[in-house]
Parts: sequence; structure tokens; C-alpha cells
Amino acid sequence: MSEFEPSIVAFCCRHCAYAAADLAGSSRLSYPPSLKIVELPCTGRVDVLMVLRSFESAVDGVLVAGCLSGKCHYQTGNLHAKQRVDYVRKQLVEIGLGEARIRMVNISAAMGAQFAEHASEMVEEVRALGPSPLGKLIDPLEGET
Amino acid sequence: MIVAEQKPLAAITSMLEGCRKVLAVGCGTCVTVCFAGSAREVGILASSLRMASRVDGDALEVEETTVQRQCEDEYLDPLAEGLDDYDAILSLGCGIGVQSLADRYPDKRVLPALNTTFMGRPTEQGVWEERCQACGSCVLDKTAGICPVTRCAKSLFNGPCGGTQDGKCEVDPSIPCAWQMIWERSAKLGLMDRLMGIEPVKDWSSSRDGGLRRIVRDDLRLPDGEAE
Repeated sequence: MSEFEPSIVAFCCRHCAYAAADLAGSSRLSYPPSLKIVELPCTGRVDVLMVLRSFESAVDGVLVAGCLSGKCHYQTGNLHAKQRVDYVRKQLVEIGLGEARIRMVNISAAMGAQFAEHASEMVEEVRALGPSPLGKLIDPLEGET
Repeated sequence: MIVAEQKPLAAITSMLEGCRKVLAVGCGTCVTVCFAGSAREVGILASSLRMASRVDGDALEVEETTVQRQCEDEYLDPLAEGLDDYDAILSLGCGIGVQSLADRYPDKRVLPALNTTFMGRPTEQGVWEERCQACGSCVLDKTAGICPVTRCAKSLFNGPCGGTQDGKCEVDPSIPCAWQMIWERSAKLGLMDRLMGIEPVKDWSSSRDGGLRRIVRDDLRLPDGEAE
């Protein structure tokens, strides 16, 4: 039986984590391909419903990657994102998915290596948790994949 | 505004036991402003309920809609179409919204997703505080615009009790003493003379003690023959 490959959505801020992911790539640092990156103008764009919809489509985990504390391009977007991630974490416990399937990290655009480390760590931890109990991954546009 | 907050998800899933398909209905008025029952909260709750059901191995269907005001029939009428498909309506309105839906659709089970908590206002972003208990006989003219019915734990009318400590209420040190505030504001506005008289015992019959309250405005009622 092949090893379970978790499907992770990573909401990445354009000003830091997305650039860090790019740097990781151009530095030829590998991170798991199961991480699907969604570029956002700021993690302040992360909305509770957006994250819940990701889980509802049966992704196994969500990573939110924003700027270092105090370094948000829009002042406080990463702080708002943290509050929302905390809210979703509590909601996931109530839903029965557990709190470990969502994580927020703070990095800068120069931290390509750290991005790759965070991504690998997240994938390994979610792999240990096993697949989402919500079943097969559902593409909102295409149906089950 | 009427302020409400969502019940715990477990309480809502327990209410929905036995249902296969429900319609979650938000309200675009008070509970939208206090972030308890807007279209967004309907989306969050519906998504959470669907996932919680799938985790339990069930397949609860939750569809979503939001009306402008759940407390008026004209906004509820459009829900009639297709309502037969649902085992229950899950209202994210206040208690008035829930009862309006139950009145309008007497054959349908209507369930409350919110606890209606109080009439109040936001004092800072994310914080709401009670300001009115709808006693039906406003005394704010005598109390410098600060309600002793709501903001004094004992609803006193003639000054503070012995439990006031450094301007705070003995019930909870985070609650300011209403009568300390009334005194200070009256002094600032030069209205101290209004506090010198003895306020007689309040007639609570205009409040909840008088049973169900009703207002009839003959000038607004439809003339005979025009009633719907």
C-alpha cells in the first residue's frame, strides 16, 4: 500500500511567504509537492469561511504563512490572520477534525530554507494524523478527484 | 440593536438530530451588525455542520439563505418556495426571528442557532454591552442618560447601594457602578438638582411583569376592508 500523501493548502502572503517559496525553488531546496500554494496580497485576506471551505473540500491540512511579527506590509494583516486561524482551530475541534490540521507560520521573503522546513514539517505532521475524516478530496469546480 | 451569539456547535447538531436536510436562514439586520447571523455566519455554520455530520458518517445537507429581516412576514414569504424539501429551518435570527418563522410556517420545525442575549451596542470592536432592558417607561431624562434599570445590577432608582467600590460594582469589578456614573455625569452637566428628589417605586407593569406587551397605533392600522 502506497504511503498517504497529504493534501495541504498553503495561503501565502505575496510580500513574504510566497516570495520565500519562490526563493526555496530557485535555491533548489525541495519541499513536498502536496503543498498547494495560494498567493494572497496579505494574510489579512484569510477569511474563516475561506479556510473552512478548504477543509470542507477535504484537504488534509491548511498552512497560513504570513510576514514576521511587526513586518506586515499593511501593518496588521498578519495579526488579524492569527486571530482567524485561532478561531478556525477552535471551530475544527468542535467539528471533530482536531486542532492540528491548521497552522500559521511567520517568515520573511529571505527565508526560503525556513519555508521549505515549515512545509516539510507540516506535511509530516499531517501525514501522521492521517487523511481527513471527511473522505475523498473534492474539487469545488470538478467534483471528486 | 439586539445582540446575540451562536450556540455551541454541539448544541446545534443535537437539535438537528434526525434531520437530513435543513435550511439555515440568516437575518440582515441586528444579528448581522453583531456578527452572529449574517450571510457570512450562515456560511460558516452551514459549512461546520456539514463537516461535523460527515465526520460522524452522516450526510446532513445544509442550504443557506439570508433575508433582510426575519421579524417581518414580507421578507419571509419568498422562503415558502421549496420549503417542503427541508426537515427543519435553522434560524440565525434573534428569538423574534425564530418565532416569526414559526408563525409564518406553522407546519415547519424552526430551530434557534443563536442565543439572544441583550439589547446593547458595541463599546469597542468585538465587544458588545447591554444598554436597555425595554422596561417600557424610560427614566433616562432623570439619570443623565445612563440607565439604572440596565446598568445597576439591582436596578436601583435612588442612588448606589453599599456595594459600590471605587466606582465599580460589587457584582463584578469590571462593571462600573451605574450610580457613580449618573452622579458624575449629572455634576458635569449641572443637573444635580434632578437627583435630589426621591424617585417613587417604579411601576413595573409596563415591563415584563405586565405580561405580553403590545403597541397599537390606530393611525397606522389599515382601515376596515383594506386589511390583508
